[in-house]
Amino acid sequence: MSFVEYGDTIKDGDTAIVFLGHESMFPVKVQHGTVTQTKYGVIRHSTDLIGKKYGSKVTCSKGGWVFILHPTPELWTMNLPHRTQILYSTDISIITMMLELKPGSIVCESGTGSGSLSHALIRTVAPTGHLYTVEFHQQRAEKAREEFREHGVEHLVTVTNQDVCKNGFGVSNIADAVFLDIPSPWEAIGHAKSALKTEGGRICSFSPCIEQVQRTCLAMEEYGFTEINTLEILLRVYNVRTVSLQIPDLGKAAEDNSSIGFDCSNPSNQGSPCPNLQQGTVQFKSSVPLREMVGHTGYLTFATKS
Amino acid sequence: PFPRICEGDCAVLKRDDVFKAVPVLRRRKIIFEKQWFYLDNAIGHIYGTTFEVTSGGNLQPKQEVEETTTETKAAGTDNRNIVDDGRSQKLTHDDIKALKDKGIKGQEIVQQLIENSTTFRDKTEFAQDKYIKKKKKKYEAVITIVKPSTRILSTMYYAREPGKINHLRYDTLAQMLTLGNVHAGNKMIVMETCAGLVLGAVMERMGGYGTIIQLYPGGGPVRAATGCFGFPKHFFDHLHEFPLSKVHSLLSGTFSTETLPAEAEENLLVEEESNGLADEKQTSPQETEEEAAAEAAMESNQTEEQETMDMSAEDAELKEHKEKEVKENVRIFTEKQRKQWERRKKLLETAALLKEKNADGLIVASKFHPTPLVLPLLEFVAPSRPFVVYCQYKEPLLDCYTKLRERGGVINLKLSETWLRNYQVLPDRSHPKLTMSGGGGYLLSGITVVLEKGRADSSHLEELKMEEPSSKRCKVQELHC
Repeated sequence: MSFVEYGDTIKDGDTAIVFLGHESMFPVKVQHGTVTQTKYGVIRHSTDLIGKKYGSKVTCSKGGWVFILHPTPELWTMNLPHRTQILYSTDISIITMMLELKPGSIVCESGTGSGSLSHALIRTVAPTGHLYTVEFHQQRAEKAREEFREHGVEHLVTVTNQDVCKNGFGVSNIADAVFLDIPSPWEAIGHAKSALKTEGGRICSFSPCIEQVQRTCLAMEEYGFTEINTLEILLRVYNVRTVSLQIPDLGKAAEDNSSIGFDCSNPSNQGSPCPNLQQGTVQFKSSVPLREMVGHTGYLTFATKS
Repeated sequence: PFPRICEGDCAVLKRDDVFKAVPVLRRRKIIFEKQWFYLDNAIGHIYGTTFEVTSGGNLQPKQEVEETTTETKAAGTDNRNIVDDGRSQKLTHDDIKALKDKGIKGQEIVQQLIENSTTFRDKTEFAQDKYIKKKKKKYEAVITIVKPSTRILSTMYYAREPGKINHLRYDTLAQMLTLGNVHAGNKMIVMETCAGLVLGAVMERMGGYGTIIQLYPGGGPVRAATGCFGFPKHFFDHLHEFPLSKVHSLLSGTFSTETLPAEAEENLLVEEESNGLADEKQTSPQETEEEAAAEAAMESNQTEEQETMDMSAEDAELKEHKEKEVKENVRIFTEKQRKQWERRKKLLETAALLKEKNADGLIVASKFHPTPLVLPLLEFVAPSRPFVVYCQYKEPLLDCYTKLRERGGVINLKLSETWLRNYQVLPDRSHPKLTMSGGGGYLLSGITVVLEKGRADSSHLEELKMEEPSSKRCKVQELHC
């Protein structure tokens, strides 16, 4: 296993994801002789995990079962230990595409934070690219280094513990892309420019507040960046439900009710059972938005150095 | 190694937010945004260079000019005294036309328009800014030549030809690549009818490492957009294709190369496609055109040779060997056979790759109903791998979701949609852009897991075709949700 290469079977030292159902899951470090407690009982790594196929159903001691999944940056994002606020896959996906990242890309990032984006960046630029990530918080920088080592991607990333606004990325003229998720990105635009290749590259800055965006855009313009573009992406998730609505009683005789004419063959009703399965109701399949959704994560400002 | 514009490249022209993919060819007239020009002079320049169109349709690199700030900087505070009498511009239509005909630079025309506007000085600073921007856009014709990428091509296709990519918005495509964990070294299955844009995006993310199996309906895969990416040759070394019409036989074990997709139908489809893509043909690079031509030629050969279709591979080889001694016209004949034989060999190779049933992911984005595609194609995917299904409409994905639940072997099913909002960011004038896209399609994603025997039997294909689930099943599902 590694975060940049699929493996078939679970091995000692792997990071695996224990899937309990309903988006409830957690990461586990596979080790001979170790046990993991779940609400369904104990998982013994030596017998229950090691040598098994990823994606297998594992029966726990109380008879309940879980699935063991191969780690991916997306699953890691959902399960990683938070040391900071993190970026989620929706933002990460548009960042990756808009920064034009691909195998071989050299990327600079700051701050490293909890490494949610870092894992996704490393996955995308592997096997020939590299990530230079800068984190001014020493403990976080060290923790990130440790995780990269555990996840088998340390050769693809360099973690530097310094202040990007003062000292930059520690590299110059080598990056294809720069990503900033810091409180005052406008102070790092100059450093970002010098980190990018002389022939150009792309930059992205993530900020929750419009005032930060404003100052960042001004700085980008000042440093000669072009194609400056700010956007926001929102994820809407739907629950798939079978809903049944009651037919109101208007005092008509029962057999007359059918003359209301609910059209079973209506394509919008496709795949759903006909009315009157239960007396006096109509059933249909619907997608129900979650009661609450994430309304704002941050503004993403992209630009080009040319 | 600066990437320079070379003859034969596929480049993208950019003016403001408008893109157009063009092949870089000498002495080829290009029409873009109501202007015509030749790309000859652009050859040798670095990608990202901005050009001005000069008389005779030549391109000339734009020099960075210091913004000539309007001398006085006088501006009004509000518009209470600005009256629209239609006479604020003292230059007439004919005057402006005369200036243009004289070949005067756009920048100077804008300056003249400002000087001859009686209301310009009374406008607020912001209104002046807006006025200049509007005029610049009209009179200063500059185009930038950029290197193609998924970002640029997916934005271009969504704006120019959304119908050809089933209205797949670029942020939705971005989600697909991430949710599908598309990266170097993967063995991916891609089924798309998005002009090859999704395939190109997957190829870009895999960087030539790993394997892609493209499943195609009809006579062959459409790759007009794929050609626009300008991928190096070796990216195509591990790109395989397999006809959708052979999937059932492959799964049931009756697969053979004896009956390739009906050739007549094939030609009809190719024809239809090339008609529909008439405009695209122009925008696609030379390479693709050549490829398409070669493919078309190959296909017409096959029609002529329908009778030899049932010949076994060995026979073809033997015959080829014999006929080598025979004369010219026969040589051409065997050449065709050789191609036919190679095509079969490739098909067998691809079939073998699929039969391993160990793909690292499945990406579906087509005009077809997703359910009958996804259920069988998931058989080819290894456990603990992501899959992503795109559909322009939500309802078919509801059905797909339900059928996948019934089948089992998948977890973490998620039906989602992304909204994309663009912002204008200017000092004291920041706000969301006036218009946003109404919809960019829907995604159903999930992760495969080991399918248990008992459930596998109940998920037999015939049973899955069953339209109406029993009421009991529905109740069980509701509990699951």
